[in-house]
Amino acid sequence: MSAVEQVTPQAFTATIAAALAAGERFGGAWASGQGGEASWRVLLVSPERTRVISRSEADGPLESITGLTEAADWDEREAHDLYGLNFGGHSPLRALANHTEDAHRWMTPVSGDGVHQVAVGPIHAGVIESGHFRFHVVGERILAMDPRLFYKHRGLERAAEGHDIESALRYAQRACAACAVANTLAYAQAVEGVYALEPDRELRAARTVLLELERLYNHLHDIGAICAGVGFAPGTMAFAALKDRAQQINAQAFGHRFLFNTIAVARSPVRLERSASDATRAAVNELHTDTAAAWRDLQFAGSLQARLDGVGVLGRGDALRLGAVGPAARAAGIAEDLRSSEHRLAYDSFTPAALENPSGDVGARLRLRALELEHTYEILEQQLERPLTAGAATTAQRQQPDSLGVGRVESSRGATTCIVELAGTRIARLHLRTASYANWPALAHATANNLLSDFPLINKSFELCYACVDR
Amino acid sequence: MFVLLRQLATIRHDAALPRGRPLSLAIRHVDAGSCNGCEHELGAATNPFHDIQRHGLDIVASPRHADILLITGAITTRMAGPLLTAYHAMPEPRLVAALGDCALGHNILGEHAELAGPLETLLPVDIHIPGCPPTPDDIAHHILAALAQPD
Repeated sequence: MSAVEQVTPQAFTATIAAALAAGERFGGAWASGQGGEASWRVLLVSPERTRVISRSEADGPLESITGLTEAADWDEREAHDLYGLNFGGHSPLRALANHTEDAHRWMTPVSGDGVHQVAVGPIHAGVIESGHFRFHVVGERILAMDPRLFYKHRGLERAAEGHDIESALRYAQRACAACAVANTLAYAQAVEGVYALEPDRELRAARTVLLELERLYNHLHDIGAICAGVGFAPGTMAFAALKDRAQQINAQAFGHRFLFNTIAVARSPVRLERSASDATRAAVNELHTDTAAAWRDLQFAGSLQARLDGVGVLGRGDALRLGAVGPAARAAGIAEDLRSSEHRLAYDSFTPAALENPSGDVGARLRLRALELEHTYEILEQQLERPLTAGAATTAQRQQPDSLGVGRVESSRGATTCIVELAGTRIARLHLRTASYANWPALAHATANNLLSDFPLINKSFELCYACVDR
Repeated sequence: MFVLLRQLATIRHDAALPRGRPLSLAIRHVDAGSCNGCEHELGAATNPFHDIQRHGLDIVASPRHADILLITGAITTRMAGPLLTAYHAMPEPRLVAALGDCALGHNILGEHAELAGPLETLLPVDIHIPGCPPTPDDIAHHILAALAQPD
């Protein structure tokens, strides 16, 4: 599936530079192995293929590729903190997962007349995940923001090592409840890639329904969260109620409000008989009608609309440079969505949502989600016309399995990647690079030059997870 | 908001939960290493379907204003310190609630070196709310049931 290209230290940077120049994109990087013997691997992605470029730590000092792609910044910092790798040319190599007391080790130095810091978190005022933000401000104007995450680092990837492929899936699931389907599906696809297993029509349909149901409640949640970001309570509550109805559909159809335990390797653990698929489709259809009405109401809510334009702008160039994905990237005019090139799921002739005016601000991210909800409802209403039956992933070819598989899934927040490296049938390395991980640097960038009081709104318009970044 | 009003007319199910109790309790939440599932459900507890405020329960911004510290997650080494700081910032008397299986120490996934140990070894836990994650109604039910116990 994804052959690993083992290269020399001399060829490593040149190979990646050539690939990026040819239009391939950085898809993540991770250390594999331990103590001076680790391999450093970089995933390159394009609509046609994925490939992994790998080199050994023992072959000589590692060079940073952040000069080629800034999107690798967090990956290198994480590998330094958790695997002890060093990257020549990455200077300063700021702490990410390592929570040193020394603020200069992790903070951007910002100084000048009237510059002061505002520290927020790790515990926030609302019911929010834990993480710290350090704002550098002059008056109310934000000059820069350092997100300091990994407060919730549970060592899930290391803990998964040594488990068999069936039981290791729960580590991908526990990484994040709101992305449980996307993360476990990326895991399952990675393992299936190792064994060259292809899902049949039934399995593709079941997984597509689950992934879209996850997107449905998340997008509804995110629209409500943007309303909360400006203190518009009627919108917050309307969309909180719609989200709850979406989760009630999940519970009714599949037994869990967050769709836990609905994805498995090479098979589908869920069924929907005809009567159940009809009932689910009817409930989705009713929710569709009410969502459209609630969205229409928001258009006439002046106190909301007046707060959206020109706030938290992530431009197209910056989104590309920083490796942003998902709604955040599409709202900036990057028409990329893994669903449009995904043959392992049932997205036939899918076109990424595109705005007439992809202004990259809070308003654009809000409108894009509403547009994507329409697509999600259409896909669900189409897929639920038939019952969901037992599916399987099988292989036509009897071949020697690879040792490494890559799964890539478009979660509600964007492209999520799972890497699985196997030793026999056991996990040697599990790496989850979620859409939130890709987008946190972009959020920090979009925060600069805005007012401190707009940060909650900007933050909600990205609505990134902490749990699946920290792992 | 037309849709909201129409929903409200039909969704208030008012389960078998007690109403109109002569009490009010302020909850401060701390995520000490969760998967975000418990946060979603605690947030949902304040939505129009579940509305825990009708029971006199509310979520407050500061531990200084809180009666109950409601803790989610597996208690990471990096969150143990902030968690204890929040606890010691609370006025007495105070209660500690463990929300969800991770906070209860059940079926923890993760690496030993990254976890600070079960919540019960760090703080006295008064209210146990099982589930992965507990539903919004479970959350209200367990808190109210614990408060109904005689001292």
